[in-house]
Amino acid sequence: MANVLVNAPKTARRGETVEIKALIMHPMETGFRAGTNGRIIPRNIIEHFTATWNGAEIFRMDFSPAIAANPFVSFFTVASESGTIALRWTGDEGFVAEHQVAITVT
Amino acid sequence: MTRLTIGLCLASVFAASWFAGSWALAQNDPRHSGYHDMGPDLRRMQDDDTANPAMLFVQAGQVLWQEKAGTANKACADCHQDAAKTMRGVAARYPAIPPSMPGPGSDKPASDAGQPVDLEGRINLCRTERQQAPALEPESPDLLGLTAYVALQSRGQPIAPADDPRLVPFRTKGADLYKSRQGQLNLSCSNCHDDNAGKKLAGATIPQGHPTGYPIYRLEWQTLGSLKRRLRNCLVGMRAEAWDWDDPQYVALELYLMDRARGMTLDAPAVRP
Repeated sequence: MANVLVNAPKTARRGETVEIKALIMHPMETGFRAGTNGRIIPRNIIEHFTATWNGAEIFRMDFSPAIAANPFVSFFTVASESGTIALRWTGDEGFVAEHQVAITVT
Repeated sequence: MTRLTIGLCLASVFAASWFAGSWALAQNDPRHSGYHDMGPDLRRMQDDDTANPAMLFVQAGQVLWQEKAGTANKACADCHQDAAKTMRGVAARYPAIPPSMPGPGSDKPASDAGQPVDLEGRINLCRTERQQAPALEPESPDLLGLTAYVALQSRGQPIAPADDPRLVPFRTKGADLYKSRQGQLNLSCSNCHDDNAGKKLAGATIPQGHPTGYPIYRLEWQTLGSLKRRLRNCLVGMRAEAWDWDDPQYVALELYLMDRARGMTLDAPAVRP
């Protein structure tokens, strides 16, 4: 289980702009560094991040090796309907992390 | 009745002047945490628990707290229950001399009884003596997570080192270390953190060196790190040879640093550049 911290409002008014903040524990190993044995440490980064609101995509991002470890993403969206915001990170070495938060729109 | 009223008035005047006195003291205190040497962005990062990456380690530590480990098959929570209550103030007090902890079913005293240990050391003592599990590696994510979880419980409390007379020689040793020059650059801790604090070392502001936020999430490290790691970092910076991880000199220096920061507010787990 990946270690994730997500901050999203539990309730929002319809049409309101809400901020969603997501922090995930990940080494984001660049693939350019050498280990103590002199060999290159293979690249291990998160490649893609997507956020969906009741299945509809609201945010997508591609990560690069230049992004620091434990990446923090913050984005804004307009509250449309009550339901679930699902966040998904995928990356090297078969990395998959998912996190869901419920939001009530009035 | 009137006497009582006068008494109450006097009491409130005394209380007011005491508050004013302590406020004035706080205002005149030349010491400040490294928090105040950071820019507004980093302060915001530390203050928001969903943006502070150290909280990821706290979350992991909270899980470990409940997890049974070792041949004793005990979790931290089996002895210490709710960390929010039992671990409150612990990080503000350590390093300290732990009570001798012979393991369950053994009557041998802990190997280095009478030696002060820091928070990480104490967690490892609990692991080896109580849980009968192998000690956690220095700077391993598990050890940092547990330390951060314990340290978080003292957030906002004043640093209050233990008044144990047995600690005095260790603290004195720490003060000596703090003031003695070492390494190829022939610097002491004091040369930077007393004489030149607030000035720049290349682009970075030299902090006063108060251990208010450990373990810290240091952006340069891209991970959480202990005070020991920070001290090693300084030793390498002054081109001295870093002491071994289990060298008692670290704990002595930590004891002195905590005493130097006595009364300052703990803001662990902090973010630092």
